Amino acid sequence: MLAYQEKPVKIIVPIKQVPETGNVKMDPQTGTMIRSGAAAVVNPLDLYAIEAALRLRERHGGSVTVVSMGPPAAIKAIREAIAMGCDGGVLVSDRKFAGSDTWATSYTLAAAIRWMGGSDLIVAGERATDGDTAQVGPGLAAWLDVPLATYVAHITHASEAGISVERLTEEGYQQVELALPALLTVVKEIATVRLPTLRGKKRARQTEVPLLTAADLDLDGARLGLKGSPTKVVKIARPKVARGGERVAVNGDPAAAVDALIAFLEQRQLVTGGRQ
Amino acid sequence: MSFIWTIAEQHDGELKAVSFELLARGRALADALDTRLASVLIGAEVSEAQLQELVVRGADEVYYIEDRRLAEFVCESWSNTLATLVRQYQPAVILAAATSTGRTLMPHLAVKLNAGLTADCTELAIEAGTDNLLQTRPAIGGNIMATIKTPDNRPQMATVRPRSTVPLPRDPQRAGKIIRVPADEAEVETRVRVLGCRTDAEDFVNLEEAEVVVAGGKGMKRAENFALLRDLAAQLDAMVGASRDAVDRGWIGYPHQIGLSGKTISPKLYIGAGISGSIQHLAGIKTAETIVSVNRDPDAPLHSIADFAIVGDLFEVVPELTRRLKALKAAET
Ligand SMILES: Cc1cc2nc3c(=O)[nH]c(=O)nc-3n(C[C@H](O)[C@H](O)[C@H](O)COP(=O)(O)OP(=O)(O)OC[C@H]3O[C@@H](n4cnc5c(N)ncnc54)[C@H](O)[C@@H]3O)c2cc1C
Ligand SMILES: Nc1ncnc2c1ncn2[C@@H]1O[C@H](COP(=O)(O)O)[C@@H](O)[C@H]1O
Repeated sequence: MLAYQEKPVKIIVPIKQVPETGNVKMDPQTGTMIRSGAAAVVNPLDLYAIEAALRLRERHGGSVTVVSMGPPAAIKAIREAIAMGCDGGVLVSDRKFAGSDTWATSYTLAAAIRWMGGSDLIVAGERATDGDTAQVGPGLAAWLDVPLATYVAHITHASEAGISVERLTEEGYQQVELALPALLTVVKEIATVRLPTLRGKKRARQTEVPLLTAADLDLDGARLGLKGSPTKVVKIARPKVARGGERVAVNGDPAAAVDALIAFLEQRQLVTGGRQ
Repeated sequence: MSFIWTIAEQHDGELKAVSFELLARGRALADALDTRLASVLIGAEVSEAQLQELVVRGADEVYYIEDRRLAEFVCESWSNTLATLVRQYQPAVILAAATSTGRTLMPHLAVKLNAGLTADCTELAIEAGTDNLLQTRPAIGGNIMATIKTPDNRPQMATVRPRSTVPLPRDPQRAGKIIRVPADEAEVETRVRVLGCRTDAEDFVNLEEAEVVVAGGKGMKRAENFALLRDLAAQLDAMVGASRDAVDRGWIGYPHQIGLSGKTISPKLYIGAGISGSIQHLAGIKTAETIVSVNRDPDAPLHSIADFAIVGDLFEVVPELTRRLKALKAAET
């Protein structure tokens, strides 16, 4: 295990500010989200990334810095991360970044991480609850050319040379060891998230958060924002929500209700009935 | 030249069903474009019969990259290997499964190839006139369907949600070529070492591939009561899922969690008992074919999206359902 005194580990956590789920509106013209109005929070799955990073720092020393790309208001997400215990944060914000897809986002974030001097470890969330793509983490690993492990459920060992983790896959937990620097995306199973402390909140208010614009970063202007994004949203539609299904009330007669359900399942060929 | 590619997946030398679902998707696109369909498989020790199965299920060509060092999924080496193959053959479209492998590999590859990528599609079509791929996916927790295209970059890449389509029937008469591609030494080099795979984990489920899921929520009241659901699941060949509230209370493990911060499932049948149907939970089940809800609250949101809603006490309904299914089975044999 890496000791505190040896070489402090520098961890960067990319976090996204997302609208609180449940009340999101879309602009039918552009197909992008209308962010004004909806309450914004730190992407809930990114809290697990922050937690995993803080726990590594507690064991091995070093620092945890968050980076967020978004509108100026995303500074609130960074302050929330600092209140949880992160050492600092960087906001990447410029109108030129607006409308970025995951390709352009990961390109821009990679440049920001280089500006921050790189890191020993990047811990990202599994996915953002708004876009729900899970693409930015792997994309970042490709831009930065660092080894990648996604869906990390447990960190089993960490040393200066590498980190051993278990990935949650369809078949079980794949156990892999990555050389550092590396990038992990973590799932909820990794840890229980701590709450911000009062002292943390105070520190968050006092911490200066650098703002990076496109001009500060080594970026190709043709790769930014809506224009630089390979994917274009051409249409959005509301899926039919209600299925207009059947409904029975038990009202003291569960057998009758189950009868009706079984008839329904048989009709859909979901159970093989006793009938010929 | 093959213009449509699918990335097949295998486990222990056995093709996964999702590989055939991808071929059904790919076949429709290839036919619409009057072009060829290839399936790419990476691995080791896959039998000739298994490779042939990809042809039987719709592929015109199969590229099989075989290397012992590529037997287990490692993003870095797989992505490097594929990038070279893509540059060589220049497919117009690459489809992969929205699985832990596909969702890791594709975004990594898309960056290397300067390609656009759409995650977790449920519908794919070719746009008349432009031949662009129209990729439709649920977004914002399933509240909207977004259609996306990549007009200027090639290849056009998409991951496709497992179980969102059915495989084509087997056609043993279909002819196709199997092309073995040697792996490049430099490309199989990786900074990631696979140590193993732990499948013994207590409480592990592969919910995404389940045909039937029986899920419980806070209404289950306590961990022991999940036995009721396991009994029901045994009658339906189902796997047991749960809402976040049930998982957070420690009644069942996280791999069982369905929803926004858990798994997205598309089973043939989902039965939810004692689950209210919060928007976050619904995000994980919206593409289920048939939804059944059991909840004593007539206003539970799950009832309103269900195909069959039972308003009543789950502790009466679930055991009764189990008993009846057991009786049906006994009658059959
Ligand atoms: C960012 C975020 C992400 C989230 N991600 C997820 C997620 O991935 N998955 C998820 O499930 N939730 C998720 N949630 C939580 C979600 O909002 C709900 O809190 C949760 O789904 C509720 O679980 P539940 O339906 O089991 O409990 P409740 O909402 O409390 O519902 C319990 C239901 O059981 C019924 N009931 C009680 N007793 C009985 C009985 N005897 N017979 C019949 N019915 C009975 C009640 O009528 C009630 O409708 C998330 C929340 C947030 C904020
Ligand atoms: N704009 C952003 N700023 C910082 N991090 C981001 C941003 N978008 C995505 N991420 C990170 O990438 C993860 C996956 O996001 P996504 O690919 O959008 O589902 C998130 O959990 C974050 O860790």
